[in-house]
Amino acid sequence: MNAIWAWLTDPLNWSGYAGIPVRIGEHLTYTAIAVLIAAVIALPLGLYVGHTGRGSFVVVGVVNSFRALPELGLLILLVLVMGVALALQAVTIALVALAIPPLLAGTYSGVRNVDPEVVDAARGMGMSELKIALTVELPIALPLIIGGLRAATLQVIATATIAAYVTLGGLGRFILDGLAFHDYASMAGGAVLIAALAIVVEAILTVVQRLAVSPGLRTARTRRRATRASSEPVAEAAGAQA
Amino acid sequence: MTWVSDHFGQLLQVSGQHLVLALLPVLIGFVLSVPLGWVAHRWRLARTILIPLSGLLYTIPSLALFVVMPALIGTRILDPLNVQVALTIYTIALLVRSVADALDAVPGHVVAAANAMGFGQLRRFFTVDLPLSVPVLTAGVRVAAVTNISLASIGAIIGVESLGSFLTEGFNRTNYPEIIAGIVAILVLALVVDALLLLVGKLITPWTRATRGASKGASA
Repeated sequence: MNAIWAWLTDPLNWSGYAGIPVRIGEHLTYTAIAVLIAAVIALPLGLYVGHTGRGSFVVVGVVNSFRALPELGLLILLVLVMGVALALQAVTIALVALAIPPLLAGTYSGVRNVDPEVVDAARGMGMSELKIALTVELPIALPLIIGGLRAATLQVIATATIAAYVTLGGLGRFILDGLAFHDYASMAGGAVLIAALAIVVEAILTVVQRLAVSPGLRTARTRRRATRASSEPVAEAAGAQA
Repeated sequence: MTWVSDHFGQLLQVSGQHLVLALLPVLIGFVLSVPLGWVAHRWRLARTILIPLSGLLYTIPSLALFVVMPALIGTRILDPLNVQVALTIYTIALLVRSVADALDAVPGHVVAAANAMGFGQLRRFFTVDLPLSVPVLTAGVRVAAVTNISLASIGAIIGVESLGSFLTEGFNRTNYPEIIAGIVAILVLALVVDALLLLVGKLITPWTRATRGASKGASA
């Protein structure tokens, strides 16, 4: 324990081209790029499938089968196929592939859960289907979408750790290099940093998710809570599903 | 394919090892989650502590949790116990919430009927509340089992043998058949275990089928 603390507080580990700040920066860069690309793919797709109901069977199947896919195998296979020179691109593809299912599930279930009466009302007011999807379903689905974003981001942070195994940087380097040099303090110190990074990102996204509830829904929910106290567990369970 | 036929025995043996590594934690985690989930269901204060704590533990990436284990429980870094304890923690983190939610969802009139028939707390829990929670619990256990089977392979990075060892060894030797065999074996294990758990969940809750059949008959 003391050795880990000493490693974490040693100023030498906090400076230089392979110091902790640089590794955190690398880790967050891999994560941000992968989640961004995945969102560009998964959001419109989830919105389309959720709005039209077309292909929902495929979405559910893809999401369930990806849970069983070993991340390590996907990373290793892609890096070997594309070559170590393109390791960054290979890892990014793997991370994007892992981030899409939770984002897709969140968006899809968020849009599916929108009250059909609300959609009918919008249609009755003469809104086009595209406008309904973007200005009615998207805002109402936003908390579940951010829930999906949260799950995707955590999955990517965890897998980006393993990227160090296939020669990349990021906080996983401390674990892999520590393992190679029999330096347990570096391994455990790196692990503590990874856990802390994941927890901080999760906390930030949880706050964002709370704030993302559309103002209209917020008043509706408080009004309902006043009359029927049992509505809260339902909302909570819906959030956990994503 | 020749790699697979040459190493078939080894594949089977390591698959067994992988199952023990991944599923023993599911079993132990399940047994520990039931009382914890009950406590969270029973007392609001316990819930406000246990559920966020579960979420926090589940947030920690697997490789990081494997690596800090020796500092927490005094094992050596190569000890499979590091992976097993970490996977048990994930299982508990996932199932405590499932158990609490499932118990919350037991209909109030059923509980009232059991109480009126003179069931004691303990007897009611094991013969009424818990059986009625089985469908939700099965769903939770399936997710935990499939996730653990996938996560157990990551232990190979720090030298804990599992089907993941075929992935790391294949990477070091640029041996594609070995890597693909490893991935397929992990996927097959996950799918088979998932299907078996689904089946067991259906078999031990015959009333869910009866109810569905009856409601179908009523609507026709």
